[in-house]
Amino acid sequence: MKLLTGNDLPTGDVVWWTGESWSRHLAEAVDVGDKGDLIAATEVAARRVNVPYVIDAEATPEGPRPAHIKDRIRALGPTVRPDLTLKPADPQAGSWVI
Amino acid sequence: MYKYDEYDASIVAARVEEFRDQVQRRLAGHLTEDQFKPLRLMNGLYLQLHAYMLRVAVPYGTLDSQQMHMLAHIARKYDRGYGHFTTRQNLQYNWIKLEDAPDILAELATVEMHAIQTSGNCIRNISSDQFAGAAADEITDPRPWAELLRQWSTFHPEFSYLPRKFKIAVIASDTDRAAMRLHDIGIQIVRNDAGDLGARIYAGGGMGRTPMIGSLIKEFVPFADFVSYLEACLRVYNRHGRRDNIYKARIKILIHALGADEYARQVEEEFQAVKALGIDPPQAEFDRIAAYFAPPGFEVDAPDTVDRTDPDFAVWLDQNVHAHKAPGYAVVTISLKPIGGIPGDASADQIDVMADLAERCSFDELRVTHAQNIVLPHVRKADLYAVWTALREAGLAEANLDLISDIIACPGLDYCSLANARSIPLAQKISERFADPVRQRDLGELKLKISGCINACGHHHAGHIGILGVDRKGTENYQLLLGGSGAEDVSLADITGPGFSEDGVVDAIERATDVYVRERTPGERFVDTYRRIGMAPFKEAIYG
Repeated sequence: MKLLTGNDLPTGDVVWWTGESWSRHLAEAVDVGDKGDLIAATEVAARRVNVPYVIDAEATPEGPRPAHIKDRIRALGPTVRPDLTLKPADPQAGSWVI
Repeated sequence: MYKYDEYDASIVAARVEEFRDQVQRRLAGHLTEDQFKPLRLMNGLYLQLHAYMLRVAVPYGTLDSQQMHMLAHIARKYDRGYGHFTTRQNLQYNWIKLEDAPDILAELATVEMHAIQTSGNCIRNISSDQFAGAAADEITDPRPWAELLRQWSTFHPEFSYLPRKFKIAVIASDTDRAAMRLHDIGIQIVRNDAGDLGARIYAGGGMGRTPMIGSLIKEFVPFADFVSYLEACLRVYNRHGRRDNIYKARIKILIHALGADEYARQVEEEFQAVKALGIDPPQAEFDRIAAYFAPPGFEVDAPDTVDRTDPDFAVWLDQNVHAHKAPGYAVVTISLKPIGGIPGDASADQIDVMADLAERCSFDELRVTHAQNIVLPHVRKADLYAVWTALREAGLAEANLDLISDIIACPGLDYCSLANARSIPLAQKISERFADPVRQRDLGELKLKISGCINACGHHHAGHIGILGVDRKGTENYQLLLGGSGAEDVSLADITGPGFSEDGVVDAIERATDVYVRERTPGERFVDTYRRIGMAPFKEAIYG
């Protein structure tokens, strides 16, 4: 599957395209197929996202899993500061990245 | 410490308002990201893996307690309660909001700080010896020279768009604590036979994907020619440095292509033209600057003895405290490398503790080191126990300076969008593997440096043991290097062979240290043994 990701312009937060808007949670990301670049162009023009790009991901029972470790770290947060990730209460969250 | 004059204050204030306007135009959609990116980079604002990152300049690594408190305040108010001290003696915040950036810069300006020229293809923050003004072995304080270069290079119109970034280091002792010869230009302040101070100039050093050691291009430049000579060095680079290939754009590539002698000849020729412009400041201006760096009022009769009764304190004293040029005083290095911790990170509370200690016990001065530690440069020996006690309460009393757990590590793939592999978890595993303080001290001075990509922000080429993280088909892989040094015995490390997994490289390091313990002669450091016996025994142990 293909996911569209970028950063929120005012805050810089990592965001994912949900089909209608942008979410900070990877679990809400949807497969954009071959429409990623088109959606990105529209959203950039509307200043709803900054530097968007399309990534490869795998659909899993737990939700989308980016193919590359860099995007998995982007999705979760720094592996060395679990308290600053999106899943601070989940001690196993870091192992999902690896 | 240097204090802003009205020119410094006005240009920094003007830059804050200019950037505020640029941010507003970006948020309003009047600037595209392509248009805005070079503007934000000129103000130290990157877009990293999770958020915007702001790099704040600490000129030649020197700051006072008010500035340090401000760094803590910004960490609390605008970031997530901590900062990361870098190998360029700067500080980075990892969770900055674009909309907050102008206010942050405005707050920094109130304490004479900024983020100007901490990015971009310009002359970056001038780095220096963290013991400047305190070291027993320096011939003069190098910081007035560095400050002069800061003023010369700030907003220099001719050098705002160089082929690539440009880094300068200034030292004034034969002991190199600033990795001087691994800079684009390295400067050692020396005395000539007549007793005059001047600059010995090295050029073309650097790390990155093509590491090189700087070549001596001028034995002695008198103060009267100092700025003109540097101007000539930059002009020749600006004229001939490659702009067609980012990987070949640094001055080291130019000097390698021309040869150091030819580069020096062209600089000399250019210098004759520059000198006629009359840009060198008069001695009185240097003296004005130097007056800001006058030694503080050291007590004449400060006690020169220290009570070593507490064994833990004695260990810290031996490891983290250095000789000071003033009797009764000492230089304290605060390790930001707790076992299992993140190299260079400090919480806002810890930053405040260090600022308070500087105000009370170090004539209001602190230094950031390129090894990502903090220095209290002027501590009375009589205050050392109280300082250590306060540091211990704040989790800042790790007695591991220059030992294997005093690891330099770049932010790596946990934060950096350029990285290929994580650096910090590896640093944590290594420090935990070698946590035993007795074992660390037995291994002695061992500088371990980790970079998460070929850009080498973690100085892996200059590590007695260096580690380079690479991306091997989507998996983190680590190359091991041995034999580098960024000190006065400068050398570039050699790659041992095929790379390792994260756990594998920790094991490999342990096998390398076992070889050292087996083969060392009395007084030999790890790097000395490596240089004497060569790679083969290490390679056999690591891969055998």
